Amino acid sequence: MKPPRFYYCAPQILDEALALLEQHSEDTKVLAGGQSFVPLLNMRLAAPAYIVDINHISELLYIEQEDGYLAIGATVRQRQVERSALVQEKHPLLIEVIKHIGHMQIRNRGTVVGSVAHADPAAELPALLTCLKGEVLAQSTHGERVIKAEEFFTGYLSTALEPGEMLTEVRFPLIASQTGWAFMEFARRSGDFALVGAAAILTPTADDRCMSAHIAYLGIAGAPVRGHAVEDALAGTTVDEPALDAAAEAARTLVSDDMDDVHATVEYRRVLTVELTKRVLKAAWERRGH
Amino acid sequence: MATRWFGAPIPRNEDPRLLRGKGNYVDDIDLPEQLHAAVLRSTHARARILNIDVSAARVLPGVHLVLAASDLGEVLEPSPLLVPHHALTQPRTQLPLARDEVHYVGEAVAFVVADNRYIAEDALDLIDVEYEPLPVIHSLEVAAAEDAPLVHADVPGNVAAHLAQTVGDPDTVFSSAPHIERETLLMDRGAAMPMECRGVLARWDAHEDMLTCWISTQGPIPIRNGLAAIFHLPEHKVRVIAPDVGGGFGTKIMMFYPEEVLTPFAAIHLGKPVKWIEDRREHFISANQERSQLHEVEYAFDDQGILLAVRDKFLHDAGAYTPYGIIVPIITACTLPGPYRLKNYSSEFTVLYTNKVPVSPYRGAGRPHAVFVMERIMDRIAGELNLDRAEVRSRNFIAPDEFPWDVGLVYQDGGPTKYDSGNYQAGLDKLKVLLDYDNFPAMQAEARKQGRYLGLGIACYVEGTGIGPYEGAQVRVESDGRVFASTGVTTQGQAHYTTFAQIVADQLGVDPKDVQVTTGDTQAFYWGVGTYASRAATVAGSAMYLAAVKVREKAKLVAADLFEAAPEDVELAGGKVFVKDAPHRSLTLGQVAISANPLRYAYGENARKLMSMKLAGPRPGPALPPERGAPGLEASEFYSPPHGSFASGVHGAIIEVDPKTGMVSFVKYAAVHDCGRVINPMVVEGQVHGGVAQGIGGAFFERLVYNEEGQLTNASFMDYLIPTAAEIPPIAVDHVETPSPLNPLGVKGAGEAGVIPVPALFASAIDDALSPFGIRVREMPLHPLRLYELLEELKG
Amino acid sequence: MQEQEEETPAFTEECDIAVTVNGRHYEQRVTVRLLLSDFLRHELHHTGTHVGCEHGVCGCCTVLLNGEAVRSCLMFAVQADGMVVTTIEGMAGTNSDLHPIQQAFQEKHGLQCGFCTPGIIMTVHAMLHENPNPSDEEIRHELSGNICRCTGYQNIVEAVKLAAERLREQNMEV
Repeated sequence: MKPPRFYYCAPQILDEALALLEQHSEDTKVLAGGQSFVPLLNMRLAAPAYIVDINHISELLYIEQEDGYLAIGATVRQRQVERSALVQEKHPLLIEVIKHIGHMQIRNRGTVVGSVAHADPAAELPALLTCLKGEVLAQSTHGERVIKAEEFFTGYLSTALEPGEMLTEVRFPLIASQTGWAFMEFARRSGDFALVGAAAILTPTADDRCMSAHIAYLGIAGAPVRGHAVEDALAGTTVDEPALDAAAEAARTLVSDDMDDVHATVEYRRVLTVELTKRVLKAAWERRGH
Repeated sequence: MATRWFGAPIPRNEDPRLLRGKGNYVDDIDLPEQLHAAVLRSTHARARILNIDVSAARVLPGVHLVLAASDLGEVLEPSPLLVPHHALTQPRTQLPLARDEVHYVGEAVAFVVADNRYIAEDALDLIDVEYEPLPVIHSLEVAAAEDAPLVHADVPGNVAAHLAQTVGDPDTVFSSAPHIERETLLMDRGAAMPMECRGVLARWDAHEDMLTCWISTQGPIPIRNGLAAIFHLPEHKVRVIAPDVGGGFGTKIMMFYPEEVLTPFAAIHLGKPVKWIEDRREHFISANQERSQLHEVEYAFDDQGILLAVRDKFLHDAGAYTPYGIIVPIITACTLPGPYRLKNYSSEFTVLYTNKVPVSPYRGAGRPHAVFVMERIMDRIAGELNLDRAEVRSRNFIAPDEFPWDVGLVYQDGGPTKYDSGNYQAGLDKLKVLLDYDNFPAMQAEARKQGRYLGLGIACYVEGTGIGPYEGAQVRVESDGRVFASTGVTTQGQAHYTTFAQIVADQLGVDPKDVQVTTGDTQAFYWGVGTYASRAATVAGSAMYLAAVKVREKAKLVAADLFEAAPEDVELAGGKVFVKDAPHRSLTLGQVAISANPLRYAYGENARKLMSMKLAGPRPGPALPPERGAPGLEASEFYSPPHGSFASGVHGAIIEVDPKTGMVSFVKYAAVHDCGRVINPMVVEGQVHGGVAQGIGGAFFERLVYNEEGQLTNASFMDYLIPTAAEIPPIAVDHVETPSPLNPLGVKGAGEAGVIPVPALFASAIDDALSPFGIRVREMPLHPLRLYELLEELKG
Repeated sequence: MQEQEEETPAFTEECDIAVTVNGRHYEQRVTVRLLLSDFLRHELHHTGTHVGCEHGVCGCCTVLLNGEAVRSCLMFAVQADGMVVTTIEGMAGTNSDLHPIQQAFQEKHGLQCGFCTPGIIMTVHAMLHENPNPSDEEIRHELSGNICRCTGYQNIVEAVKLAAERLREQNMEV
């Protein structure tokens, strides 16, 4: 399973990368970690004529706390985020999510931004970004734009990126200290693509009711799904068993009708989604601060 | 004589090399001027080939050769039928390249040779094949249907074979039996998936007129013979070597895969070495698979839970061709009675063609199916009569004093299915201890109160092993004292370089580290069959033993002459040969080897030392008297078992099932096995561990999902789920040892044991865990989705 | 690096790379699509790293890249330019004694056919560097990126525990 022929370049400066992307914008792909992309090349399911390797662009290697969010540059490895003292302190949910990505060998090369740009429906980071209502920064020779998570993921392996554009940064909003968080997924084997998964954050009121909930799913549609119906069902409740059951039940209809594959039928995915919803909401609520 | 090494769990001779990354697998061998091949494979499961246009591929820079069927000349003939049988009335084997039709997705259609594999794959993309799709037979049900479309136009009803056998008089027993049940049981396809894919490296040496092939195979000798015939070469001008092989599990005992013919053909044609290394995607669609059978079984039993009679009728999926005959369903038929007294039994099977990858043995080779059926029967009897499942089995076991026990059927080797020895109750007793069986009901009840579903399953099996026809071995001591042993079987990780060394070391009084074993090289040993059917240690090991004994006896004779002692007074130990109670009268083994070869000239250190010793001079008469036999300290011996020997065992597991999601986890796994006497317990345990893991994979994780077009929809490791260390539980192992009276070592085979009872055991455990729901598992493999569906069916 | 000029770098199909593998420096021109696994195996003849799937699941191809375990089948040789690679051939000492990890694998029968073994040993090497005293569960979790079809993993886990113990005793930096 050898990749097809392609032209390659590994610039060291972002502006050079953008210029290269512009040259043959319809037939060029960005190579970062390659953990999702190279298998497609080896299987000849992707055959871009041009590949721009961004791994040497040191200006994209940063994890920074900005106003209300963590900004992660395009060449940061998932493993680097996992080990980052800053992230461990400021965003334990991001750490928890990353630990679910594949295996250690994958995370040593795979990048956070690359996973978001690849937009696999079963990937963890796009769902987390959606849950947190995060943003991405896309740049091209024409300039830059910030795209909201809910507008970025458009479907199976599809994003709002235009030809000639690349993601240079992903922004994960921070979570308030009283907000409880959790991430869970059902997978057949350790490190597999999940059958379904969800990231949830729940914020309590002063009298310990659910003030607001955000929940986003992976694996139930072509793009991550915000569970508005679930969130609405939970809002204002004490998050007791009946409330959890009702909220979980509301998740059933979130599963897209075309999510039928070798591992799960739509019906079974719905069952898993309901079960997972209950568990992840409960776990998030238990983590809340006061 | 007391043995020092037989039975010792010594570390392996092959490890240092493998641990350093100095293994020698086929793709590790790079020859000068070597070219690389790739295969164009059919994308249709059933189609006519209207046209193949290779013109664009041929002119791609870096491409040296593109072959289609029309380029093969007289080599274009169906591959050999490996195991004919009178019941196989419609055998079909594959052409090296498809000519008029394709019969499965993955069938080889064209062969490209280029400077490297990258370019070869580029060339594949340039080959244009025009197919006319035909109706696809994508399952046994479709194949068996009336007026079904045909996989092969000239095979009516898609029936390759039909075999009915009867033991005793089941019909009469059924007519008066107190209880009768009938069930449909299904097992579906799985694949061995060794970590090393297939591979062939072929070199034609024009100076020596010699064809050498390195092949990742379990059977180089038959391949050598076949290639000699196909290319009209004398057998000794063809050398086939199975170097280090990264797992076989049956997939690589299939012979005359097209690539095994095409690669040497290309090498001869081009005059340059050609290497074909299969990639994983190819492996999914062109390396043989197994396991699909559909059983309709009826069984009769009495109020005590005694099984009175069984009538089993099954369909066996052969895939698109039958290169390996009907070995697998024959084994199923013979394995079904298991460790139980079944004297009235009829088995009838029909082998059907389907438009899928051909079927040949995969570890277990038909036994897992048989055990699945019989163990489901035992559980059902227990359930119907409200008896303990272990108790029902005990009541039906053949007792230790009832051996040899003749099942009454002809086994895969053409001999009787005659159990030589066993003690099934002892195995079950040990298993119950490992599982804490008697306390489980309380544990289960407690868990149920907490809303958790635990279940315990058990499954017993008897496994035919150690079949003939024969194997051979040569043992030779060289003049520096090193011992070399070779045999025709091959090695794919089962430690032959160590276990055979242990056998030889015991006879020659050396350390196994000083015995260098060669397997799988037709130049090192000419005659033999291969490694399959759990037979290498038994058959080749016995031959190794006989050869080592001969060398030992010869060493004693030679030394006796030199010391003017009686041969019975000569001993071998510590690399020395000496007179009992007179250790100063000793020679090294190497010196004895020199003395055994009466040359005029003396070479080397050992010989010079010999000359300076005060030893008896040569006797009058021929330097090499007839009673001495051949010169040197070497012997070749063959062992041909009278029939197979029968290993056995019982596995048990405690699992937890989440009925909401269908997910299952293991709480405990225990395996008790009996493979007779054990050469290296560490090796045998490792085989059991690995077999169990493959069994768990085959029961709950791995499935080959074909769609109605005969396309494999999960042809990658992302979607074909081989369990990892996180999914396989720790496995407790215990042993029973009932030696085989059939061979000099008393051993029985162990290679397949781990996998055989797992599907049955898994079903048993799930039934037990979900008994409040009334579930009865009748199919394998399962997966959480399917378990969920079965539970939903019960609710509705 | 492949571009010598200060101008915008150009797309190319071949590159000159410089890699350190097991302490030795190599310079070579490679096609850009050549996988790192193939480069190591067939250009440098370090055939100890094996190829089992070429889609990043089986782990047979695991090597250390600047000390981190990575799947060499998912990288191009050009991406290793300027980097330090360690393969199984670099594990044994200069006097070619087995590394304690390799030694433990032999003692505990942690390999059978040996095909997955180099990848597993490199993974274990990285694992023990990060976590010198792993539990059974942690070991199994960290090994879940390497598939073995022969051993059922049991003896591999035992081998890792023994190796970890020995390394701690020797106070050895892995």
